[in-house]
Amino acid sequence: MNHWAFVITGYAVVFVGIAVYTGWVLARGRSLTDEVPEERRRFLD
Amino acid sequence: MTSTSSKATYVIGWAAIVALASSLLFALVLSPPEVSMGDSVRLLYLHLPTIAVSYLGYGITFLGSVIYLRNQSVFWDLLAGAAAEIGVLFTAFVLITGSIWGKPTWGTYWEWDPRLTATTVMFIMYLGYLAIRRMDLPQEVRSRRAAVIGIIAIANLIIVRYSVQWWRGLHQGQTLGVDTQLDGLMLFSLFLSVVAFLFLGAWLLIHRFRVAWLERQVEDMRLARALNERRGEAGDATLGGAVS
Repeated sequence: MNHWAFVITGYAVVFVGIAVYTGWVLARGRSLTDEVPEERRRFLD
Repeated sequence: MTSTSSKATYVIGWAAIVALASSLLFALVLSPPEVSMGDSVRLLYLHLPTIAVSYLGYGITFLGSVIYLRNQSVFWDLLAGAAAEIGVLFTAFVLITGSIWGKPTWGTYWEWDPRLTATTVMFIMYLGYLAIRRMDLPQEVRSRRAAVIGIIAIANLIIVRYSVQWWRGLHQGQTLGVDTQLDGLMLFSLFLSVVAFLFLGAWLLIHRFRVAWLERQVEDMRLARALNERRGEAGDATLGGAVS
């Protein structure tokens, strides 16, 4: 296999992984902020 | 505010995006191929920054664990947990990119080399740390046990760091040090990638910590509600008994 195939695979795995994790963290943050009243949202600004 | 974003995360997030875009340009386009490794050297600009983020994560977990055991601070407990999760994610990337890079350079995807073995042990140990944090135990017990593991597990980081010096294996020695022999543009690309990934790691850590904080609030609120309901039921039963 060409070296570029390994390079592209490596970068794709990492960036897709980061995108999936980021999406999960942001979505979870959004749904939890709806559940938690404002006075309990310390450390959020 | 209905998300975990803030002014600080906007600034760090945009810094990460700009730095990552620039680092991709340097890593994949502007930096030259290496004499013996060819274009596969470009995986270095991904492999080394990911281990930098995981080291940072585990370092914060250690610090948070020590502080938690001293003063039972919820902030440090949650920060330690968030940092460990990011450390584990980036260690997975380290193992994957290392394995992919191993094929064109060593001719194999995996070898039980000291560095690879130590990194795998570190990965498993921090997975155990995360599992303890999810155990169905009282918060204080769970946090205390996790903090103890968070302190012990830092030994792995030292073993991983020095494994290439202590034992002979396939893995190359330190990439960056006093005898670094990287070409100027390659060295710059590497530093830029490390900086970009550290911005990304910091951004992810802030968001993940805030999610952990909100999760704790929800857990506390549910516990308080359940206790109130239990008290209400007990009160009704007492009242009923008195009436009858």
